[in-house]
Formats: sequence, C-alpha cells, structure tokens
Amino acid sequence: MQITSPGFKRNATRALGDEQLQKALGHVRSNFIDKRAAAAAALPEFEALRDNAKAIKDHVLENLDIYLETFEERVTAQGGNVHWAATASEARGHILDICRKAGARSVTKGKSMITEEIGLNSFLEKSDITPIETDLGEYIIQLRGEHPSHIIAPAVHLNMDQVRDDFKKAHTHLDANRAMDEPEILLKEARGVLRDRFLNADVGITGANFLVAETGSSIIVTNEGNGDLTQSLPKVHIVVASIEKIVPTLEDMSQIMRVLARSATGQEMSVYTTLSSGPRRPEDPDGPEQYHVVLLDNGRSEMIGTEFQDMLRCIRCGACMNHCPVYHAVGGHAYGWVYPGPMGSVLTPKFIGVDKAGHLPNASTFCGRCEEVCPMRIPLPKMMRHWREQEFEKHLSPPAQRRNLKLWAWVAKRPTLYRLATRIAARGMSVLGGRRHRLGWLPVASAWTKHRDMPTPEGGTFMAQWKGKR
Amino acid sequence: MSTPISVGLFVTCLVDMFRPSVGFAAVKLLEDAGCEVHVPVSQTCCGQPAWNSGDRADTREIAIEVIKAFEEFDYIVAPSGSCGGMLAKHYPELFQGDPVWHERAETFSGKVHELISFLTDVMKVERVSSKVDASATYHDSCAGLRELGINAQPRKLLASVEGLSLKEMKNSNVCCGFGGTFAVKYGDISNAIVTEKTANIEAADADMLLAGDMGCLLNMAGKLRREGKRTEVRHVAEVLAGMTDTPPIGGKRE
Amino acid sequence: MSREFILERIKSRQKVDGDDSDRRRAVEKRIAEHAPGILPAVPGTRVKRLKQFIDKAEAAQASVSRVSEQSMGKALVEWLRDHNLPAEVRMSPDKRLDGLRKQAEKKLTIKPAPGDGSDIVGVSHAECGIVETGTLALTSGPDNPTTLNFLPENHVVVLREKDVVDHYEDIWPRLRKRFGERKMPRTLNLVTGPSRSADIEQTLILGAHGPVRLHILLVRD
Repeated sequence: MQITSPGFKRNATRALGDEQLQKALGHVRSNFIDKRAAAAAALPEFEALRDNAKAIKDHVLENLDIYLETFEERVTAQGGNVHWAATASEARGHILDICRKAGARSVTKGKSMITEEIGLNSFLEKSDITPIETDLGEYIIQLRGEHPSHIIAPAVHLNMDQVRDDFKKAHTHLDANRAMDEPEILLKEARGVLRDRFLNADVGITGANFLVAETGSSIIVTNEGNGDLTQSLPKVHIVVASIEKIVPTLEDMSQIMRVLARSATGQEMSVYTTLSSGPRRPEDPDGPEQYHVVLLDNGRSEMIGTEFQDMLRCIRCGACMNHCPVYHAVGGHAYGWVYPGPMGSVLTPKFIGVDKAGHLPNASTFCGRCEEVCPMRIPLPKMMRHWREQEFEKHLSPPAQRRNLKLWAWVAKRPTLYRLATRIAARGMSVLGGRRHRLGWLPVASAWTKHRDMPTPEGGTFMAQWKGKR
Repeated sequence: MSTPISVGLFVTCLVDMFRPSVGFAAVKLLEDAGCEVHVPVSQTCCGQPAWNSGDRADTREIAIEVIKAFEEFDYIVAPSGSCGGMLAKHYPELFQGDPVWHERAETFSGKVHELISFLTDVMKVERVSSKVDASATYHDSCAGLRELGINAQPRKLLASVEGLSLKEMKNSNVCCGFGGTFAVKYGDISNAIVTEKTANIEAADADMLLAGDMGCLLNMAGKLRREGKRTEVRHVAEVLAGMTDTPPIGGKRE
Repeated sequence: MSREFILERIKSRQKVDGDDSDRRRAVEKRIAEHAPGILPAVPGTRVKRLKQFIDKAEAAQASVSRVSEQSMGKALVEWLRDHNLPAEVRMSPDKRLDGLRKQAEKKLTIKPAPGDGSDIVGVSHAECGIVETGTLALTSGPDNPTTLNFLPENHVVVLREKDVVDHYEDIWPRLRKRFGERKMPRTLNLVTGPSRSADIEQTLILGAHGPVRLHILLVRD
C-alpha cells in the first residue's frame, strides 16, 4: 500500500475536518472503552492474568528459535507444511506458489493484518488470483479500495450510509430499489453475497492469533464465523502468521485468550476461537486437504534483544488505539501505513523506517493510557520515546526544533542565566497580558495561540519572590 | 521533639515562571503539615522537554544537577505529577548502566513525591483548614494519574475544604491534549483533544476547574478563555491552601 | 535458507552462547508439563457451576434447554416449532446423538451431515461445555463435521452435563487423552454464542457468516 506516514500532519488535519470520519470515530470514543472496563472489572483475576500473559510471551521471546522449530516439527508431523519467510516478498512468493500449484483462481480471506503488512491482495490481483475479504468490515473496505483504519474494526471510519452506497454500487445483481436502511439488512446482504464465494473458493487464507508449539496448532479468534468458513471449505488452507505469535502450550494460550477479547471488544470470549492442526484427517468428512503455515519474520527477529523487544508481546487487540486520544481525534488512516494508534507508532518506524514514520512516535501526548490498558503490559510510550531518541541521534528531527531544544537545555544547565531569562520572560509576558491575564496571540507561540489563549505569568518568578521573602 | 522532616521543594519551571502562587501554596501546605521547606536556588527544570524530545545527553546533565541540588533532603516534593513522575520514575531509567549515577538516582527518586499525594500518603494529612465557597471539577492529569497513582488523594483533601463542592466531569481521566511540545508540534490534534475536554468541563457546570499540573492547566485555561466559557482555572494546591485571592489562570471571562 | 537465516538471527540477538541444550531442555519440560496458569474462580457447587454455564451462554445470546435423555427429541421439535423453522435438520453422525435421532425421526426429516451449505438447521454434539464463559468445545472428525457448526443458520448443540467443565484448561487433558500427547483433531471450535458482527457503526448484529441462533440442549446426567 502507499505509505503516507511522512504526511501525517496533513493527513491529521484532513481527518479533523472530515465530518463523516468524525461522526464514525464517535463510536470508538465510548463503545470500546466502556466495554473493556466492564469486562476487566468483572474478572477479579484480570490483572494477574495480564502479568502471566506478559511472562509467557517474555519466556517465548527468550527461546523463540527453539519454539519455532518445535512448532514446525509438530505441524509437519500432522501433515502440514511450514514455509519460512524472512521478508514480505518471500511470504508473498510462498503464497503464490501454493495457490498456483492448487490452480487457484479465487481466494477467500479471513481478517489478517499480516496480509495487509505484506500487501498480499494487490499482489494476488496482479497474479490473476482474486482475493475476497470475508470479514464484513474488510469486505466493505475492499469494495472501497481502502485499507483497515483499525486493526480489529477495519471499517470503523465509516458510517452506515457510506456502506449502503458501496453495496448499491457493488451488488448490481440485486434489486436497485431494495430496502437498505438497517445495518441488519446490509449484513444479510453481505452474508448472501459472500456465501457463494466461500463455497467456490479454491484457497482460504487466514492469519493467526496464536501458534501453539506443543501441538503445531494455529488459532484464529473471530466473531463472524467467516474465518472458519474460509479455512474449512476450500481444498487449501494457508495460515500467514508472524513469528512472535508462538505460545508454548494450550494452557499458555488459554491464559492469553482470557485477556485478548476482554481488552479488544470487551467480550469475555469472542464467539469463535478455532484451533487448526494440519490438514483434514483421512476419516474427516470436511476440512482442507492441504494445510500451510507461512511464518513471517519481516524484521521482527531484529527487535529481539533491543529496546523494542517488548513490542513483540503485542497480541493485536487494539486496546491501545481504542484508548488513544490521538487516534480518537484523527482515526487510523492518518497514520499512513498498516498499523495505526500507539502500537502502530512503535511498529511503523521499524517497518518503513523512522525517516518516513518519524511523526508517529512524536504525535503522542504520552498520556500513558495505552500502556495502562495493554493486556501484555507493553510500555508503549517508552518505546515511542526510544524512536524519538533515534531520530534525535540521527538528526532527523526538524533543525529549528533541535536548535530551540539545544538552546533551552544550554540555559537550563546555567541556573543564574536561567533565573535572569525566566524573570525577563515572566515580566514581559505579564505586562503584555495585562489585567486580562492572557494573550490571544503570541508570535513565538503562534501554534499555541492559533487554537487557544496563552495565559500569562503572574509577574515575578517564584524564585525571585522567594528570595525576597525569606 | 525529633528534627522536623526536611522537604526540598522542586518548584517546577512552569510554576516558577507562570504561577508563583502555586509555589507559595505548596510551601504553606507543607509547613502546615509540619515540614521544613527548602528551596534550592540552583534548580531550573526537571529536563522533561529534552527527555521527551529524545535528547538523552542533555537530560542526563540536567538530571545530575537536580539530584545534586536535592539529594540532601528527606523528601523532594513537586506541585506537579508530570515533573514528579519524571523525577521519580524516569531518572533511574536515564542512568541505566551507570555504576555511580544509577544508584544515586535510585536513592533520589525514592524520595520524590508529588505534592498532594505526599501530604496524604506520607504526611498522613487528613484534612485542610481552608474555606472556598465554590463548586469545582477536577481533571486527573495523565502523568500524576498513571505514573504516580494520584486519583483519590486530591479528591479526599478537596472534600475537606469548607464550602467547596466537587462536581465530577465525564472522562476526567482522559488527556487534555497538552503533552508538552505536542501542543505546539501537533497543534490541530491537540486542539481537537482539548476541545473535547472543555466540553466535558463545561458540562460539569462547576465554578472552577482544578488540576495538579500547570501544563494541563495552561492548556485548558487557554482553551476555556478562547471559547469564552465561564469556568475559572486554578491549581489544586491554591484551593487546598485557601489562596484564591489571586486572579485565576488565564484570568476571568470578560 | 530463510529458515536458517531467521533462526540464526534470533539466536544472535538473544545473545546466547552456542550450546542451547539447557534452553532446549527447559522448553521440552515446559511443553511436557503444560502446567495450567491462573484459573478464574468458579462457583463452589456443581449446581451453581451449571447455572453459571447457562447464564454465561445466555449472556452471549445462546439459548439453553435443560432436557433429559428421553426428552431431547421433544425439546428439539418444540424449539424448531417455536422458531418457525422447518421440520428438517442436518445431523452429525455422532453415536451420542442416536437417542435424539430415534426420538425425533418420526416428526423430523433427519439428513446426515455434512451438508452442502443449504441447510437451515444443523445438530451437533459437543465435546465439552465450559462454565467460565458458557463456551462449547466441538471437535472435528467423522462424528461432528466442522462445517456443520458454521453453514446452517441455526445450530443446535447437544451437551451432556457430565461434559461441563470449569475452565478451558480442562479441555486440554481430555483431548490429550483422546488424541494423544501433542496431537489434536484437525479442528477444535470453541463457540460462545451465535455469530455476530459490529462492523457497521459498532452496532451488534447477530448472524454474520455463521449461525444466527445457537441453541444448547443440556442433557441431565
């Protein structure tokens, strides 16, 4: 997909002025937050489970090489195939090979952010294979030629009237005058259209929420059931998963499962949690004849042992963006690549380069709400700060900003000079503010006064007054 | 009687420059609680602007000066959750791997507290003796809330202010959009966030908006005045100390 | 190639020395022990745990009928009638459904699973039910084809009270016993309520791609 992260500021300003988007984001601002809070409060063990979930993933990351080998061995033992991909292009190559060998023309897809990361859909289309997104939200945005704006609610940036118009345009085989004014009707229509696609697909591609080393199982967690139809009806099931999805045992998976849905949608449990292990067995009446797992690295292994390792605990629940004031304001597309919100602000610089994605880790107030709700206790603000440090070290931050910062730091390290400077500034601004005690416009702070007044200082500094009093 | 508890007051750069009243309110509250208050003259800033801009080297140099100036006191107290969080949580992180300074920073950080929580949690202050006839709504500043766990403490002391009634706003724990340099670097986004905040403040229908951090207060006051809303803005310490004769932050509505 | 590249890079980043036999042993041990972690509290008595199972399933918009071994057929027929559904079901060949088949065959057309996607009602037998969240566990195989859990708009699942367990962690030992250590059926479905989507304006609608209704016939021991 086209990267627009360097234009984050422009994207953001456009998003702030987009009425449809702002209306749609209203749902994120309340729904997800209240539901998560209720689900967390209803489970007394929730905080302890978060600690344990973190410990499990930390253990995995310390032994990831061995767990991956173990996983591979179990998949193979059950008749499946594992394909290793160091890069996105390798992963696409593996998938295309499998599809070609199966003579595939149409591919159904369960919701998968990894396939967004590797740009699979456009690649398959160029190779004359039709990818069909089957998650309702993904289906809608595929019709619109868009990308997900949220990792678990891909069409959260849209309102019903937009979906209705898209369906009208796309489903030309249906009566043009049909009733379409309820979400139920639209859902039913999509169900009908997609049912045929499910039954006729040659290959089904899903992501994975977990990979269990103990049994070689891949797990998807969904609500619609589309992922299950995707992976049980076609002859070939391809799982595309990144290497950090590994958990040691079924028991470990159960622990993390308990914090996943609660953090994501506020459900105690998503409707469908499905474990797939290998292809159908000889006696099975249904299920795929082939089972492939494409294991994608795409730079993740480079994060191990660095200040970004904690990010590999991420289970893609979306809680960080659901609670992020910046995401609430601008939505997911403004971030300009696959992963939005705080998790995206940490991941995107890794994937597309901090030179392109530098805005993202800077566009945070460090309010810390993301870390507060992250089920895996990932210190997201700390990692965003690490990116800022890299930018500073590489001289990527704007020169004027650097100069101001350096000047300020130079003065801050010289108390006598600092005292003098602050006294002059405080006095000067105070005089300007006068009895209104504020300024509507201040040349050096125009970015501030564009939107709000600048309260002016009371007069003398505290330090000067203190010296006078004591 | 044993020697009084010595407290080094970390004034914070914004209080020093914009709102000395908060500094004096802090001194009063600390002295009322029985502390001996010291104000080292060599203090400037906690280094947060550099820290959050990725400038580790400058932050470290500033931090060393702060530690040197304050480590002699029993406690270091700041009328800010943000600066308090910087001193208490981030200083040790800054010296990770430094055999001398890491330990020194750890010891220093262990003595740092935000003003209000210091009064309630360390000095066991149960009530204050001020009187303010007004209603107030309280904004939980992010760093204080999430880094230092400040939530019940200010509400508890505010409840003891004679004549004051507390009216909770919706989403009091959601960021006001300040975020230090964020407010300037991403002004449009910051504006969207603070606009939501001031709407919640107005809906709470209180005479006063209180919070424990000057950064957030300047931001919210600036927006409230720009929008012509009536709520007056003060640091929570001013109300607890009964020092509300000064004009509110950003003045009053005209 | 990529396999070795990825594994080597992980190893080099982990900063571990060449000999990883200790780590290997630790991993083997952890997998062999598969120790359960934190288990959320469940009510103290069996009666209350069954009630929680039902409450949780209903909270997830499933419906539950408590039936006896003899009244399964009647309950199924009534449920179909109450929901204006045709007297025709697609039923899994699971032997544990034989009783139900016999009881209902006079009043219903019973077709053998799996179906072709055109069925209105599917009937399966669950491996277990989980008290914790009102979840059903269904295993694939000739007895209970997986596609039957998803294709029909209405899914009726027979569950025995004795198969109602407290936690997800209680499923795994049962599967290990049945399929062997480190082996699994092709598919295990954990199902909590009927299919749904909230992708349009965050409005929750039941019946996305899977069943619109999930009905559990909970059979008394």
